[in-house]
Amino acid sequence: MSALSDRPANPVVGQTIPHESAGLHVTGQALYTDDLTVRTHGVLHAHPVQAPHAHARITRMDTEPALAVEGVVRVLTKADVPGVNDAGVKHDEPLFPDEVMFYGHAVAWVLGETLEAARLGALAVEVDYDPLPALVNVKEAIAAERFQGATPRMERGDIDAGFAAAAHVFSGEFEFAGQEHFYLETHCSLAMVDESGQIFVQSSTQHPSETQDIVAHVMGIPSHEVTVQCLRMGGGFGGKEMQPHGFAAIAAIGATLTGRPVRLRLNRTQDLTMSGKRHGFHAQWRVGFNASGRLQALDATLTADGGWSLDLSEPVLARALCHIDNAYWVPNVRVNGRIAQTNKTSQTAFRGFGGPQGMLVMEDILGRCAPLLGLDAMELRRRNFYREGQSTPYGQPVKDADRMGTCWDQVTKTGEVERRRNQIATFNASHPTSRRALAMTPVKFGISFNLTAFNQAGALVHVYKDGSVLITHGGTEMGQGLHTKMLQVAATALGVPLSTVRLAPTRTDKVPNTSATAASSGADLNGGAVKNACEQIVDRLRGVASSILGVHPSDVRFSDGTVTSVGGGQVIPWGDLVNKAYFQRIQLWAAGFYRTEGLHWDSSVMHGSPFKYFSYGVAAAEVEVDGFTGAYRLRRVDIVHDVGDSLSPLLDIGQVEGAFVQGAGWLTLEDLRWDESDRPSRGRLATQAASTYKLPSFSEMPEVFNVALLERAHEEGAVYGSKAVGEPPLMLAFSVREALRQAAAAFGPAGISVDLASPATPEAVYWAVAEARRASEHGHVTEGGTGVVPDQSTADLRPAHPRSEQATNAATAGV
Amino acid sequence: MAKISVKVDGVTYSDDVEARMLLVHYLRESLGKVGTVVGCDTSNCGACTVHLDGRSVKSCNMLAVQADGHEVTTIEGLADGDTLHPVQQAFHDCHALQCGYCTPGMIMQATSFLKDNPTPTEHEVRVGMEGNLCRCTGYHNIVRAVLAAAGEGGGSQ
Ligand code: FES
Ligand code: FES
Repeated sequence: MSALSDRPANPVVGQTIPHESAGLHVTGQALYTDDLTVRTHGVLHAHPVQAPHAHARITRMDTEPALAVEGVVRVLTKADVPGVNDAGVKHDEPLFPDEVMFYGHAVAWVLGETLEAARLGALAVEVDYDPLPALVNVKEAIAAERFQGATPRMERGDIDAGFAAAAHVFSGEFEFAGQEHFYLETHCSLAMVDESGQIFVQSSTQHPSETQDIVAHVMGIPSHEVTVQCLRMGGGFGGKEMQPHGFAAIAAIGATLTGRPVRLRLNRTQDLTMSGKRHGFHAQWRVGFNASGRLQALDATLTADGGWSLDLSEPVLARALCHIDNAYWVPNVRVNGRIAQTNKTSQTAFRGFGGPQGMLVMEDILGRCAPLLGLDAMELRRRNFYREGQSTPYGQPVKDADRMGTCWDQVTKTGEVERRRNQIATFNASHPTSRRALAMTPVKFGISFNLTAFNQAGALVHVYKDGSVLITHGGTEMGQGLHTKMLQVAATALGVPLSTVRLAPTRTDKVPNTSATAASSGADLNGGAVKNACEQIVDRLRGVASSILGVHPSDVRFSDGTVTSVGGGQVIPWGDLVNKAYFQRIQLWAAGFYRTEGLHWDSSVMHGSPFKYFSYGVAAAEVEVDGFTGAYRLRRVDIVHDVGDSLSPLLDIGQVEGAFVQGAGWLTLEDLRWDESDRPSRGRLATQAASTYKLPSFSEMPEVFNVALLERAHEEGAVYGSKAVGEPPLMLAFSVREALRQAAAAFGPAGISVDLASPATPEAVYWAVAEARRASEHGHVTEGGTGVVPDQSTADLRPAHPRSEQATNAATAGV
Repeated sequence: MAKISVKVDGVTYSDDVEARMLLVHYLRESLGKVGTVVGCDTSNCGACTVHLDGRSVKSCNMLAVQADGHEVTTIEGLADGDTLHPVQQAFHDCHALQCGYCTPGMIMQATSFLKDNPTPTEHEVRVGMEGNLCRCTGYHNIVRAVLAAAGEGGGSQ
């Protein structure tokens, strides 16, 4: 075991404890950013002026009429930006645009004494627009060749030789939808300025350091004049990684110009129409199998629908490419990626960060091809699993590949898969109007930021003279339980009870230069930093204790609030030792740092070992589909998921359950619709409230839901042997989609291949059933021949050249 | 402006309010009861659920003036001093929350539901809670918590 992963006796990590804020949440005491508004004196409220065009040039703007509205204090426009008019890190996201790039784009902001005054003021601002042609879906952008950013290519082996040697070659296309985050707390920032001009922004942000960077560059001031704090978020899911910055900057400009606190909280429709979402993708693919169904070659071109600006689209695309293999060994691979520019919101990070999109392409391919190969889909998947010693297409050895098989076998057994498959066959034979199916799918997901520089973290640990401990770290809390885990890590590393440790909110003036709480890496990175800080303190205290106990410092043990020698005997209470150390002038606080070792990645050739390890999981889902309507029920789900040695089992199981249901929402329910007509409303998001955007609710929960964590799953390379949990389980929901496909196919003749749209809403399932019943063709998969030939970029490839890999340009924590 | 008198969490308030002020905004902005939150604005999510005379209502879907002469209980008035209501305790212990944003509404809905049906089946819990959305938990632990609270007599309080 490594020093990082080794657990002492009686660790607090691994204990089943509730969320650290549970007591506050159940009594309504927990504060979110907007709750601070009523505690703040003299707050002004900000309201956007949203453009009613998907693409247009602004030809005139008159703010005077707004100032005539009672209660309106100021209208913010481009002229008010003291620094750089840019809300992003790619310099393609003007905070106040001259050219409207999507329907609902904010062109000005009105500050009012009340939100109502600001709203009426926003209605009064006069703006003239010169409408321009708009592209509102990915196919239009491909046809118009409107792309933005990098065009990475990932290659291994000899693609032509792979196809030449394949017994079966299939090709097809697949377009699938994005997803709205719908964190229950909408975007919110509250900015104020102190007597020295220091800007303080409280923001619902997953990335306080980057919010700080953007506020600073918009204000034209150095970072040390801006402090950003995030108490907690009412959900983030990636939607608050990049998107909060511009809102925070608006609030900061307003506060600076008026001298009063400014609150900017989006209502739900503003949030839906203004903030980015998960990228939808378009994929062209060609795949070769040998006679026994083993993958031989994959040629694919993925086009991400990036929306109007680059945002995080490049790293999202990189992760999609790095996950198209999912759990499967493919010797010859060529995958091209590109980003379409469309007149929609700027699509951004969302739990999985492109990984789900890449993996969905592969799972869709296998689901469609299995019948054509005459193989059971379950068997086809299992047969192609990575084996120990094999590497991913980007050259990283697949460590612990056997865990996929272990998870698979455990789900097969505990989920009674064989028995139920027989029952399903019997059910289907005797029920003419409905069909059941059970599908199993694996997940392999790489953990670490793809971009090596982001894999660092800091923490600050204070031990006060009375022995009480206060920790702060660079990660943010959005419900995932990061703060709870950090308290457990600190208590374990210091050898004190959990109640001895308290946590202070995430602030940029406590821990600087932090990475986003993202990529599932929050606990790995910040846990490493908290542990490092605690160990510095313990090492100093060891010296004090050794002279009292009369033993060698390395024989001193810290456990459960007492300090003893390894052989027992005299017991020093923690508080007493700390107090003695203070009088000996021993430093009782420490700044901790952590960097993930062993990573390397060259994004220009998409090659390296970008991930510290892989997380694994397997799910089996059983559905029942009604043949008249396509309506379905999720009858049972069984999951075994690998979180290493869990830091906090109750929290980790909760993450698996929540991620699975969110994934099922993406794949089966949540249907973003933009107006694609030629009416003036072209480009308007039609699903702009929970009344039209269907989220998973109690009624879509699996009727039976069994989640188990993989046992004996110690991970050498991470804090206390644990693994990340935030994103990977989302992709277990592929099992639901594949079960729906198989149930739809079961309405047709045996062995038929059906297409299934994504999201697989009841309507989409209905069309799949209809296709199966027609039985005239095997969906839209072509066997052999020309079929679909993935586009190869004709121009020179534009490799990603991320800022974080440019050592000379360290000023902006961009990607 | 309209004059209202309303008892909230045991305290009677008399206020002048805009006729079209929503109850949730009255609670948050006028009374500072920020434990009750707004999730969706369209009466879909239930995050703003409170009790009006002991029965759950979505406070974003009601005007403050409609509460005139009535008694409102928010999440902040549910516990008995330091003693949590059994439903609160169950949400705490069952990890029926992650970001916690839906939690006040979930608890207010669950207490109201359990009053009507103190010994529900799992299916009845799902149906009874259907008007509340949670984006984090996947609902499993919320159902567990409501059932656990029912077992603890949460429905009789
Ligand atoms: S805010 Fe009231 S139901 Fe969503
Ligand atoms: S716990 Fe986050 S919405 Fe329910």
